[in-house]
Amino acid sequence: MPADGGIGASTRRREDVRFLTGQGNYTDDINIHNQAHVFFLRSDMAHGKINGIDTAAAEKMPGVIRIFTSKDFEGVGGIPCGWQVTDRFGEPMQEPKHPVLAEGFVRHVGEPIAAVVAETLQQARDAAEAIELDIEELPPVVDMAAALEEGAPKVHEDLKSNLCFDWGFVEENREAVDEAIRNAPHVTTLELRNQRLVANPMEPRVAIGVYDRAGDEHTLYTTSQNPHVIRLLMGAFVLGIPEHKLRVVSPDVGGGFGTKIFHYQEEAFCTFAAKAVNRPVKWRSSRSEAFMSDAQGRDHVTKIELALDEEGKFLAIRTNTLANMGAYLSTFAPSVPTWLHGTLMAGNYTTPLIYVNVKAVFTNTVPVDAYRGAGRPEATFQLERVIDKAARELGIDPIEIRRRNFITEFPYETPVALTYDTGNYHATMDKLEELADLKGFEARAAESKKRGKLRGLGVNCYIEACGIAPSNLVGQLGARAGLYESATVRVNATGSITVMTGSHSHGQGHETAFPQVIADMIGIDPEQVEIVHGDTAKGPMGMGTYGSRSLAVGGSAMVRAAEKVINKARKIAAHLMEASEADIELKDGQFTVKGTDKSVAWGDVTLAAYVPHNYPLEDLEPGLEETAFYDPSNFTYPAGAYACEVEVDPETGKVDVCSFHAVDDFGNIVNPMIVDGQVHGGLGQGIGQALLENCVYDDDGQLLSASYMDYAMPRADDLPFYTVDHSCQTPCTHNPLGVKGCGEAGAIGSPPTIVNAVVDALQRAGHDVTHIDMPLTPARVWAAMQG
Amino acid sequence: MYEVIITRPRSLAEAIEALGDDNATPLAGGQTLIPTMKQRLAAPEVLVSLAGIEELSGVTIGDGEITIGAATTHADVAREVAGACPALAALAGGIGDPAVRNRGTIGGSLANNDPAADYPAAVLACDATIITNDREIRSDEFFDGMFGTALFEGEIITGVRFPIPERAAYAKFDQPASRFALTGVFVAAGGGVVRVAVTGAGEDGVFRWDAAEQALAKDFSPSAIEGLSPDPSGMIGDLHGTPEYRAHLVGVMTKRAVEAALG
Repeated sequence: MPADGGIGASTRRREDVRFLTGQGNYTDDINIHNQAHVFFLRSDMAHGKINGIDTAAAEKMPGVIRIFTSKDFEGVGGIPCGWQVTDRFGEPMQEPKHPVLAEGFVRHVGEPIAAVVAETLQQARDAAEAIELDIEELPPVVDMAAALEEGAPKVHEDLKSNLCFDWGFVEENREAVDEAIRNAPHVTTLELRNQRLVANPMEPRVAIGVYDRAGDEHTLYTTSQNPHVIRLLMGAFVLGIPEHKLRVVSPDVGGGFGTKIFHYQEEAFCTFAAKAVNRPVKWRSSRSEAFMSDAQGRDHVTKIELALDEEGKFLAIRTNTLANMGAYLSTFAPSVPTWLHGTLMAGNYTTPLIYVNVKAVFTNTVPVDAYRGAGRPEATFQLERVIDKAARELGIDPIEIRRRNFITEFPYETPVALTYDTGNYHATMDKLEELADLKGFEARAAESKKRGKLRGLGVNCYIEACGIAPSNLVGQLGARAGLYESATVRVNATGSITVMTGSHSHGQGHETAFPQVIADMIGIDPEQVEIVHGDTAKGPMGMGTYGSRSLAVGGSAMVRAAEKVINKARKIAAHLMEASEADIELKDGQFTVKGTDKSVAWGDVTLAAYVPHNYPLEDLEPGLEETAFYDPSNFTYPAGAYACEVEVDPETGKVDVCSFHAVDDFGNIVNPMIVDGQVHGGLGQGIGQALLENCVYDDDGQLLSASYMDYAMPRADDLPFYTVDHSCQTPCTHNPLGVKGCGEAGAIGSPPTIVNAVVDALQRAGHDVTHIDMPLTPARVWAAMQG
Repeated sequence: MYEVIITRPRSLAEAIEALGDDNATPLAGGQTLIPTMKQRLAAPEVLVSLAGIEELSGVTIGDGEITIGAATTHADVAREVAGACPALAALAGGIGDPAVRNRGTIGGSLANNDPAADYPAAVLACDATIITNDREIRSDEFFDGMFGTALFEGEIITGVRFPIPERAAYAKFDQPASRFALTGVFVAAGGGVVRVAVTGAGEDGVFRWDAAEQALAKDFSPSAIEGLSPDPSGMIGDLHGTPEYRAHLVGVMTKRAVEAALG
């Protein structure tokens, strides 16, 4: 570990001091003088026609300032969708309006119908109970297959059907794939469900709208992963507020996991209502509301077919997925099962022919959107599960079958539109075999058996695509946004540095890791560098944090801006030392003239920039502050190999995870400790999905898992101690740091590992079990063992 | 939560008087009632807190029996009875989390009779007696279906008297989300009698499993109930397990309780 705290140092996270001592400034910690509170009256019905909303009695209740319904939002836009998918016939997806408050119909439990603004939250809630709703119940559609049947009730009466789009990728390969599968010596088929999840960040969502009548200026404080995107979406598409009159602030945010990327009705409402009532308006989600209003994750039903030759070489993949959109299109929902999922179906392997079909379906459920991994876990799960099944069918070792198909030459163009720039999949697998002591498995299994437990081993690989880019390409794919990142590096007169980044930290540790990079470039103490984020008034237009993009894209923008700063500082140093710029070197915070003992300190140069007495004013502006926008030329491709061992209790079906080994290639690493933490968190969520978490609606569209009484979040004692390793490093070839991104890997790679291990345990014990749908609860595992 | 008045009587007599008000509801540890009120699913006008009444709190270990005041917290029970009845101590120490165990009380749990609560299994298996302000109720007469008990309106539990079993153990299988009992079995043996009480599994709440009691009375060993499980009809089916699974778990947990009771 470098002693200077630069790149490669496991520096302790400076932000944790305030987080862990209760000094964080979360949105709910913000209270504006004279603020009013809003309570949303939400639908308790999955589908219904609104015949009337009578607010007369409620308006007379104590403390009520104003009650809003959809009537108050006439002329106001719907919540926009940020990605348009074109179907396989060249038609745009069906895109229903997503109103701020329900218009004419309610379409999922939890949809806001009316909003009561009152002096206190208690009063708002009391008044909401006095609102009389006349809603005629309509038959809901919950199951995706049923929703696509002829004559099924429609979620949106004005749409042709419940089919949002029918996407084929790559459509030109469809027939070739069909033929390859028809003629293949062996085809392994697997039908599975990637169940719906609730993101459950520790901090529930909060929004505070503030309006300054004097300046006609709006401010929204919100728990967002990307405040600039919220400003653009809400300002331009919903409320018609220009950017210079709208400030969006996302201070400390207590976890996002994707669900805080999106623009939500409550944000638009609070911004709108603050002007309407001329009072700051605050909303804080209860945990119960979060369960039925935060965009949910996953929810795919898939049939995958893998064609192989006798040696286990992959010939073709065909996969058909139904992807649940919920009742409305959340901000990036259409991109998740398509461009973030279909493009990953090659995995780490040389399969020459791949065809992916995705039918996105509207149902009377909470909208679904990106959740840690977003499409990539769904791709990895089906691919790694079907490979495992194929290996068993062909009697080939699961590791060997993967090795036979690994991509070994880079750059590699997949048949699903990506170009992997670099990787070394044998190296990560070698490392995994060594760390996980796979040779010792049989002895451990025998020991488990003595205690009456069935031990199983699961191994698989994953690849992900991070830092989605470049903007012009994603624009062609339907993105209605750019995917660059920005940074301003502001050097202060005494040499300290303030970096305004468009990335947003909601637990990732940017405030520690980003300064390590700057410190390394200049040779100063990282404590001299401060990161500012989460406020549209402070930094340039940024795209925020999701898809493991912060360091790869935001960090690269920061490097580019810092390079500009250093170039200018070099000119100043050359002037101060009366030397040629070409001879100036920067090391350890000192500018020196090559081949001489002349030097000038970083702080003297920065002071000269702001006190330009001895300064080349005719050639150079004073000041030392630069901005860069970085638009990557490609995705980055982290990849890895995971192994776990489980013990199944044959009497109860309970699965214990005994060990988990994760070997990841993230390219270069800035702060190994933070990377360990990111992988630990991802593994926790992946194991949570594999064993515990399940968002379930009944046939009436009622959410059965609507609280922690029924939604099983992973607890510490559900998880093993992890072994994580990131010593296999193939640096990204196209960004200046050579970094790839590590936020989602654990959640992508681990669900198939667990399921592979449980299936292994059961098969070793003689059970004819080839698959169990997640979560692998004791009840499901036991039922599978009963045959 | 709606507005509510809380009264804090200092004696049982004051509490009884306060509960004479038709709009009053007793508040024990509040681990069920308070969350329910926060969700506005319960709206008592007056809460009569039993927490500060000294005579309702504490554990007395006597000759062959343990008497536990109704307002004794789970944490206190776990600590106080560890020597006299390890099975009961383990049960109390496994309820909820530390916050729950330091607020929740035995009386509150029994009066609520949640179908997945732990204490009802111990009370029924040990043939404990529920003591109220008015009378004593044998365990077999106390529980009356899900959330139902023999308590009258305004009657409050003041204590519970447990005969100390010769052998006992509680085996609990956690519901993965709530960690209430998906199925919990308390087995108690003494004086030639074996009682097996099952919580979490039955649609009518806690119940005694006769077939296992008879088998174990003849032969108190895990093998006596090998392969035995109750009829799945009448078992709960939900997100976390089918009736068949719960019936199976009753058998497994009973066997494990017997194993544990034998040490």
